Amino acid sequence: MNSPASIVEIRDLRYAINGRPIFDGLDADIVPGRVTAIMGPSGTGKTTLLRLITGQLRADSGSLIVAGQDMRAVRRTELYALRRRMGMLFQNGALLTDLNVFENVAFPLREHTDLPGRLIRQLVLTKLQAVGLRGAAELMPAELSGGMGRRVALARAIVMDPEILIYDEPFVGLDPISLGVILRLIRRLNDVLGLTSIVVSHDVHEISSVADAVYLLSGGKVAAHGAPRDLQASPSEVVRQFIGGLPDGPVPFHFPAPDYFGELLARGECL
Amino acid sequence: MNPIKELWRSLIEALVALGDISRFQLRLIVRIPRVLMRFDTVVRQIYNSGALSLVIIMLSGLFVGMVLGLQGYQLLRRFGSEQALGVAAAIGLVKELSPVVTALLFAGRAGTALASEIGLMRATDQLSAMEMMAVDPIEHVVVPRFLGGIIAMPLLSAIFSMIGIYGAQLVGVQIMHVDSGSFWSQMRAGVDLSDVSEGLVKSCIFGVACSLIAVYQGYYATPTAEGVGRATTRTVVASAVMVLFLDYLLTSAFL
Amino acid sequence: MRKSNTLNLGTGAFVLLGFAALAFLTTQITSGGLHFGRVPHYDVTAKFDNIGDLKVGAPVSMAGVEVGRVARIDLDLREYKAVVLMRLNSRYNQIPTDSDASIYTQGLLGGKFVGLTAGGADTYLKDKSEIDFTQSAFVLENLIGQLLANFAKSGNSSSSSGSPDSAPPKNEAPAPPTEKHK
Repeated sequence: MNSPASIVEIRDLRYAINGRPIFDGLDADIVPGRVTAIMGPSGTGKTTLLRLITGQLRADSGSLIVAGQDMRAVRRTELYALRRRMGMLFQNGALLTDLNVFENVAFPLREHTDLPGRLIRQLVLTKLQAVGLRGAAELMPAELSGGMGRRVALARAIVMDPEILIYDEPFVGLDPISLGVILRLIRRLNDVLGLTSIVVSHDVHEISSVADAVYLLSGGKVAAHGAPRDLQASPSEVVRQFIGGLPDGPVPFHFPAPDYFGELLARGECL
Repeated sequence: MNPIKELWRSLIEALVALGDISRFQLRLIVRIPRVLMRFDTVVRQIYNSGALSLVIIMLSGLFVGMVLGLQGYQLLRRFGSEQALGVAAAIGLVKELSPVVTALLFAGRAGTALASEIGLMRATDQLSAMEMMAVDPIEHVVVPRFLGGIIAMPLLSAIFSMIGIYGAQLVGVQIMHVDSGSFWSQMRAGVDLSDVSEGLVKSCIFGVACSLIAVYQGYYATPTAEGVGRATTRTVVASAVMVLFLDYLLTSAFL
Repeated sequence: MRKSNTLNLGTGAFVLLGFAALAFLTTQITSGGLHFGRVPHYDVTAKFDNIGDLKVGAPVSMAGVEVGRVARIDLDLREYKAVVLMRLNSRYNQIPTDSDASIYTQGLLGGKFVGLTAGGADTYLKDKSEIDFTQSAFVLENLIGQLLANFAKSGNSSSSSGSPDSAPPKNEAPAPPTEKHK
């Protein structure tokens, strides 16, 4: 299947929740075969963007084209067909708790293909081997650590050999070793399997080590984008605050509040 | 706020909720044929909703039957009609007590389990993950549980009735020394097939109502810990109100 | 998906128990009498002055054995009598045409039913026949009214009413105490 130059093309995307604008004219291109990171301060709608890309939400206006499919006009069957070409890793793994590791990874195969049991078994074990958890095939999700659970979810996400892999905050709550494992897997799987990877994260330094391109979101628009080292050298205030982890800057330290002295000296004991 | 306005607002909200749940019901119904083809998923849910509720249903049936025997005996004695205990207990159980009490117990035990299971899957993104894997979570998770509840309920109700009648017999015949022959023969003469079938129809309808409410609350639960908790309590409350309301409707319809 | 055997076993046992309960309920506690729509039957009418609270579906019996059910109750507006249509089981097709139909009270809960007493004729009731000899229901108020009239007339406590006793063939507990005389 021939894809356009960008596998995900976003133009002037606008989306609001309850009147509050999340995206206010967003432009972005995800290049196929590369690892693209999407970063930004909390609440800028990174997860919302993923939902828009996967079709769980529909944009208010603007154009969003994923693998040639116009997401604003997509119908249910087309959406499901598209989703089979995508794999998604959720923040907390989202494994099905009543199935063991093997069955979790086999789930998409059993649902969407008629492959014989033996073939399914081989496929599942191969994917588990790729993430290093072939020996854990019999365990239940409740028995796995956070990092292991996420790796199983990753195996499940690649079991149908998708074209696009989406990671929603994959590093949250992981210890350095597990984090390193996931990082390595993201890069290796992308290159070995020829995927396009979209990683939403705010672990700047970690993701910058494996990403080919970075988009920094702020205020509903793209604040900066380019290769990781370009961002390091960027003069933009927004970028500097984010990359440097500075407490105050375009994202203010203080929540909007009335005048400090005025409030302290006001009469009355309570607020 | 103005109490009239409050009332009006709650009325509108209730209507909206009714519309929501009806549309949800339609989404479930459409998928039933496909789910029935994978009947093993439904079997598992029949087990969860039915077989696992057996203990509480049987115990409750026994105690309710025994109380019915006791109270019925005391009441009938005032008219010198203790021998009619059999027919009184059987009719009371089969037509009213069994469908209603079974439904309430079902809502409490199986309904909450359904709501919290589905709600938890919602809260841990399992339902979203399924959607992402192009698997319809309603077909895969919700409908089997819905069907399991519907099938389990009338069976539970019948078991409740049967054990209840024996409970009444235990108290009436063994303890209060009502004549066993009269107990059963008057029952046989006084109870019609239509009585049994009316009770059965009631429990089927209650089954649909309780299962629907439970899976609906779970599916649309707020994906947090308290959200799941709220979904569970709402299941019990809504099921109870619905069952009692439907009971009145059905009873008056049958008469 | 592989399911454990205990799960299937448990479910099977549960469903079996449920159906057993259903079978119990439908057979052990009902009279087992099914609708006469399926059983061959014939219809017989009888006119009464007063049927009391006889209802459709009430049994029709002879010598204590149920031979049919009341299928319809109408009012004859020329003779001002109640017309009771009884659906009798075709098995009992040798009921003499001069038999007697009376309305009795069943048991203690007061349900009325129709009792047939055989006559001596050689011809038998068949479909669309009419029973000529009927006796109305025992209405308590009428009895009390007669009693009071008797008291007023003679001033002594003869409680002869001449009304037939309720002599139902089925079990009956002593009649419940009604309101006291004023």
